[in-house]
Amino acid sequence: MDIYLLEAVINGLLLGGVLALLALGLNLIFGVIDVVWIAYADLVMCGMYAVYWLHVAGWPLWAASLAAIAGVAVLGVLVHVLIIAPVLRAPPINQLLATGGLLFFLQSFTTLLFGTDFRNIGVRLPIIEMGDIFISFARLLAFGFALVGAVALYVFLKRTYLGVAIRAISQDREIMGLMGVDQRRIYLVTSLIGGALAGLGGCLLVLQYDVHPFLGNTFGPLIFMICVLGGLGNMIGGFVASFIISQIISIGGYYYSTEWAYVLAFTLFIVLMFIRPRGILAR
Amino acid sequence: MLSLAAVSAGYGSFRALFDVSLDVEAGEAVGVIGPNGAGKTTMMRVISGLVPMDAGAMTFDGRSLDGLSAHRIVERGIAHVPENRRLFPRLTVEDNLRIGAFIPQARAKIAERMAWVYDLFPRLKERREQLAGTLSGGEQQMCAIGRALMSGPKLLLMDEPSAGLAPLVVQQVFDLVRRIRAEGLTVLIVEQNVQQVLEVVDRAYLLEVGRIHLAGSSAELKNNDLIRRSYMGL
Amino acid sequence: MNPPRAINPLHVAGIAALACLIALPFVTPAYFLHIVIQILLWGFIYTAWSIMGRFGFVSLGHGAFMGVGAYVPALLWNYEGVTPWLGIPAGVALSVLLAVVIGYPCFRFRVIGHYFALVTLALSEVVLRTITAARDITGGSLGMTQKLAGHSWYALQFPDKRYFYGIALVVWLGGLLVWRWVDRGIEREALEAISEDEEAAASLGIDVMREKLRVTVVSAALTSVGGSLFGQYLAYLNPETVSGIAVSLQIVFAAIAGGMYALLGPTVGAFLTIALNEGLRVWFGTNFIGAANTIYGILLILFIIFMPRGIMGVIENLRMPRRAPAPAPAE
Repeated sequence: MDIYLLEAVINGLLLGGVLALLALGLNLIFGVIDVVWIAYADLVMCGMYAVYWLHVAGWPLWAASLAAIAGVAVLGVLVHVLIIAPVLRAPPINQLLATGGLLFFLQSFTTLLFGTDFRNIGVRLPIIEMGDIFISFARLLAFGFALVGAVALYVFLKRTYLGVAIRAISQDREIMGLMGVDQRRIYLVTSLIGGALAGLGGCLLVLQYDVHPFLGNTFGPLIFMICVLGGLGNMIGGFVASFIISQIISIGGYYYSTEWAYVLAFTLFIVLMFIRPRGILAR
Repeated sequence: MLSLAAVSAGYGSFRALFDVSLDVEAGEAVGVIGPNGAGKTTMMRVISGLVPMDAGAMTFDGRSLDGLSAHRIVERGIAHVPENRRLFPRLTVEDNLRIGAFIPQARAKIAERMAWVYDLFPRLKERREQLAGTLSGGEQQMCAIGRALMSGPKLLLMDEPSAGLAPLVVQQVFDLVRRIRAEGLTVLIVEQNVQQVLEVVDRAYLLEVGRIHLAGSSAELKNNDLIRRSYMGL
Repeated sequence: MNPPRAINPLHVAGIAALACLIALPFVTPAYFLHIVIQILLWGFIYTAWSIMGRFGFVSLGHGAFMGVGAYVPALLWNYEGVTPWLGIPAGVALSVLLAVVIGYPCFRFRVIGHYFALVTLALSEVVLRTITAARDITGGSLGMTQKLAGHSWYALQFPDKRYFYGIALVVWLGGLLVWRWVDRGIEREALEAISEDEEAAASLGIDVMREKLRVTVVSAALTSVGGSLFGQYLAYLNPETVSGIAVSLQIVFAAIAGGMYALLGPTVGAFLTIALNEGLRVWFGTNFIGAANTIYGILLILFIIFMPRGIMGVIENLRMPRRAPAPAPAE
C-alpha cells in the first residue's frame, strides 16, 4: 500500500474521532429535545476562542481547556433557555431558524470582539514518526480525547438515572412526568452536555486549526450531514458516519484536493439521503 | 387519602369532566367504570398532573395537589400505570424499572425495590436484559406495573390494565391487582371490564359523559339493575 | 364606456410609489442608488425564495441557485466571450436542472422538515465547494472579476448605475408579478392543500408532485436570474458572497423577517436588512465590523420567537384581524 495513502487513511481516522464527538453532541440534543442547533459548529468556534485567549493570557493549556469546556457548556444552557425554550412548541423549522439567528450572532459578535484574523494558538506539539509515516501528535491527542469523551458519554447514558431518562425521553415524551422526571431539567442537562461536548471539540480543534469567526461555516454543514447520515438522534449511526465521511475527505483529498473531496462527500450525502432517508444504519 | 371535589377539566375548549367528586381511603381498592369516552382516562390524567384542572380541588394525604406538575405528584406518592402501558420499547426491562425509580427518595431504595418487583413478577427477572418492546402483552403489563411500583407509591393509579389482552391474561392481570393490594397499596383502577373489576375492588364509581352517576360498594353495584343491564350484559 | 370605478387608495399609493421609484435615479446620489439597487435585487431573490417557502418547503439550498446564476454567465463571458444574454438562460437551465434533480427525489421520498432543509443545505455546499475547488477557472475563494467591456448592452455591463437600477426595477416588478401569479392561480390552493394535508390533496385529484416541482422550478429559476444580475452588477464574484450556508440562511431570514405570506414581505425584508446594515455601518464606522450583524442576529432570533409571520404578517393581522392565520412554515 502506498505509504502516503496510508497516512491519509490514518489522518482520516483521527479527524473522524473529533467529528464523531461533535456529531454525538448534536445528535444528543436532537434526540432529546427534538431540535437542530444549526449554530452548533459556532459554539465550537467559541470554545476555540476561549482556549486561545486564555492561553494567550498565560493560563496553562489544561486550565484554559477546562474553562472553555465549562464556558461553552453554560453557553449551551443559555441557548436552550433564551432561544429554544420560547419556540419549543413552534414548527420545527422555526426552531432551526432561531438557532440560525444565533449563528449570525455568534459569527458577527466574535468578529466584533476579535476581528477576522486567523489566529493560531502556537502550541507546537511533536510529530510522531512511525516508520515512514508521520502523524501529528495534536491529531492523535484530539482523537484520544474524543474517544474518551464518547466513552464517558456512553457510560453516563448507560449507568446513571439521568442517562436512562435521556435515552427514554425520545421514545415517549409525554409520560416522562409520570416517571417523576422533570422534562425541563432533562432539557437543561442535555443542553449542558451538548455544550460541553462542543467546548471539548473546540479545545481539540484549536490545537490543529487556526480559529476565525467564520470557521463554523466550513465544518458545521459537515457535522449536520454526519448526523443526518447516521440518522438524526441515532448516536451509533452518527459515529459510523463520521468515520465514513472523514475517510472520504481524507482519501479524496489525497487523490484530488480537499475541496473536491468535500464536493464528493456532500454529493454522496444527497444520494444516500434518497436511498436511505432514515440513515445508513436504519433498519 | 385521595379526594377530588367538584373537579372539571378538559382539553382546550373541549370539556371532558364535570364536577367529579371522588374519595379513596387508605388501603382501599376503588374502581371507576363506564363506557368508552366517558372521561375515565382524563380523570386519571388530571390526578397525575398530565392534564390541568379547570375547576375544583384535589387533595392527597390532606395536602392539596392543585397546580402541581406531574413529576411533583409522583414525589407525593402517586404512581400512574398509563393506558396501553406505554413502556419504553427500546430500553431493557431493567432500565424501564430503573427509570421508575427516578425520584430521589426512590433511588435510595432501588436495590430493595427491584428485588421486591422481581419477587412479585419472576417473569420480569428472567427477561430483565430483554428490550421491553419484545415482551408479550401480559409481561408488558407486569413491567408497567413494576415500573410504577419502583417509585414506592402509596396510591397506584391503573388505567385499563386489561385492555388489549387475551382473556387468560386478563385473569392474570386481575390476580396481579389482588397481589398488589395484599402488599398494602391503595389502588384506584379504571376499567371497562366491569364484571372482573368488581371482583377485586371494594367500591366503585360509574362515570358517564364526564359525570359521576352512581357510587357504591362492589356488592351493591353487582346487584344494580342498570349496571347489570348496561355493563355486564345480564 | 366603462362605469367609473371607485378609486382604490392602495392602487393610488402603488402608482405613486412606482412613479417615485422611476424618478429616483435622476434625483439621488450614486451611493444611495447603490443601496436601492441592492434592495431591489435582494428583494427579488427573497421573493423568489418565498414562492416556495410559503408552502412549507423551507429550502436552505437557494445559495446554490444564486451561485450557479452568478458564475455560469461570468465564466461563459470570460472564457468563451458568450454574451450574458445567453449566459443567464444557461445559468437558469443549470439551476432548474439542479432543482429538479434534488426536488424530485425529495418530494418522491417525502424528505420534509429538518431533512429537506439539510438536504438542500448540502446542495448549497456542493455548489460552494465546487466553485472553490475549481480554482483554476473560477479563482477559487479569491473570487473572479468579469472582463470589462465598458458601457455595453451586449456584455450587460454599465458603469452608470442608473442602467442597472432600471434593470433591477423591472426584474423586481417581474418577480412580484410571478409571486402574484402563483398567489392568484389555482396552484396556490392546490399547494396550500398540499402543505396542510398531502394525502387529502392527492385524493382530491391534485397532482402533488407536479405542483411542488412547479413552484420549486420557478423559485430556482428566478433566484438564478437574481444571482446573475447581482454578479453582473458587482462585476466581481466571490463564492462566499453568492453561495453556501451563510447566503442561504440570509435569504431565508430576510424573507421570514419581512413576511413570506405577503407580496411585499420579502422586499420589506430586503429593505430592512440592507438599511439596517448600512445604517449600522455608518453609525458604528468601520472600526466595528460585525456590530451590524451582531444586532441583526439578535433581531432575527427575536423575529422567529415573537413574529414568525414577519413584519408584513403583523401588518396584515392589524388590518384584517378576523382573517384566520395562514399556516406557519410547518414541516
